[in-house]
Amino acid sequence: MIPACRLADLPRGEAFRLDSDPPVSVFHTDAGEVFAIDDTCTHQDASLADGWLEDCWVECPLHASKFDLRTGAVDAPPAKRPVRTHEVVIEDGMIYVQLSTAAPNLPACVAARLAGAGG
Amino acid sequence: MVGASLAGLSAARALRRQGYDGRLVVIGDERHRPYDRPPLSKEFLAGDIGEAELALEADDEDLRADWLLGARATALDRTRPSVRLADGREVRADGVVIATGAAARTLPGTEGLAGVHVLRTLDDARRLRAELASGGRLVVIGGGFIGAEVASTASALGHEVTVVEAAPTPLSGPLGETMGGVVSALHADHGVRLLCGVGVRGVDGTGRSSTGGVRGRAGAVLLDDGREIPADVVLAGVGARPCVGWLEGSGVALDNGVKCGADGRTSVPGVVAVGDCANWHDPLAGAHRRVEHWTGARERPDLAVATLLSGGAAHPRPPRPPYFWSDQYGVRIQFAGHASGADSVTIEEGAPDDRNVLAVYRRAGHPVAVLGMNQPRMFTRWRKQLTPTAA
Repeated sequence: MIPACRLADLPRGEAFRLDSDPPVSVFHTDAGEVFAIDDTCTHQDASLADGWLEDCWVECPLHASKFDLRTGAVDAPPAKRPVRTHEVVIEDGMIYVQLSTAAPNLPACVAARLAGAGG
Repeated sequence: MVGASLAGLSAARALRRQGYDGRLVVIGDERHRPYDRPPLSKEFLAGDIGEAELALEADDEDLRADWLLGARATALDRTRPSVRLADGREVRADGVVIATGAAARTLPGTEGLAGVHVLRTLDDARRLRAELASGGRLVVIGGGFIGAEVASTASALGHEVTVVEAAPTPLSGPLGETMGGVVSALHADHGVRLLCGVGVRGVDGTGRSSTGGVRGRAGAVLLDDGREIPADVVLAGVGARPCVGWLEGSGVALDNGVKCGADGRTSVPGVVAVGDCANWHDPLAGAHRRVEHWTGARERPDLAVATLLSGGAAHPRPPRPPYFWSDQYGVRIQFAGHASGADSVTIEEGAPDDRNVLAVYRRAGHPVAVLGMNQPRMFTRWRKQLTPTAA
């Protein structure tokens, strides 16, 4: 499990991006729930942590595809593939993320860059 | 559904999502399934993505619709009601969504001249992409977003590019004078020549193709001040006009497109309009505004379909302020709101010289628009503050 940040340091309506590879973001919703999903939109290289968080959805900051924080599902193109969801554990006020073992759905340009970097 | 691009597709989706279970006919004058237009001036033109990646429908998506593609609507009969097609067919309907979009304006006098392009459709993009593949000098007429994006893409492909803009500052309409200047400075950063404040007189048609002397091909762009800019390829990025000619005499009120209420209703019951052809009333501005943005074509059909299905009884919440983006020379440009009503512009983050800026437009102290260059996080924060429903 990867420690993300303290719950007290992540106000409701905000997101925290982990510099994992690929990056993962933790969202604290207005209703007080905490979710973790892959940070990169599956359409293009955009950080979902920069997006518009509303209820259990985050809208990509660029092209308005929305991802369901609970399932990773996308509502409509331009993104067509879901993001991965990751298990969140909160212990002693600390947020931990258990990374999914599934293959990430990265946009082509990001996948190529990671491959080129030997990652 | 008259129109099979993003607005028409979004309306079809909204109909099914909102419980409409009857027959759905989608009429499109292009022969293609719905595709995404923004990449046409960027990744598609650059050759980074292919046509399959432009598809707007998911692979497993089934809207249970009858698609009449390559079929142009020529008339709306409000009494039957029905839509007449160019091939003589007539489609009866209980409700009509007008989503016929807009068409690129062309340069008068350049009809039939090889090497002169517009960019709106996939077919336009295929032609332009094929011509850019053979290199040479590109002259872009119009320093708006389409022109700037094509200039950016072509310069990255190694072309010598000149942009000609009639106004003193490009993008001053959507972004205002100050920030229009900041954004259009990207051209010079990347070796693209920008000529402002000069009109275009015409295109010289005595150019030569690489395969030998051919008359009737663009050779130079002729400016009002007498200059001639040599060109192998010319792109006219001079705006678009709403495709509403087919509605003349139908009883649907037209005024810079289809005149609509703030929920997409037209002057005719059972008929709504969305996308680039629709001139919606903007309650915040107290005026009609025809919004030609991708996000409007995607979001507003939800409201218009609620209006249609409820017979006008639904009062959906107003649309979010208009939002658009542009990618130029590797810089992400985002804009939301209306610049025209602002009395001040303040740089809140970054610096114009770094091409990394967050600028907030205010009227009487209230934020009415926000512009970001490579500032997605701060941009979203400010964008939310423009939204009355987020308060």
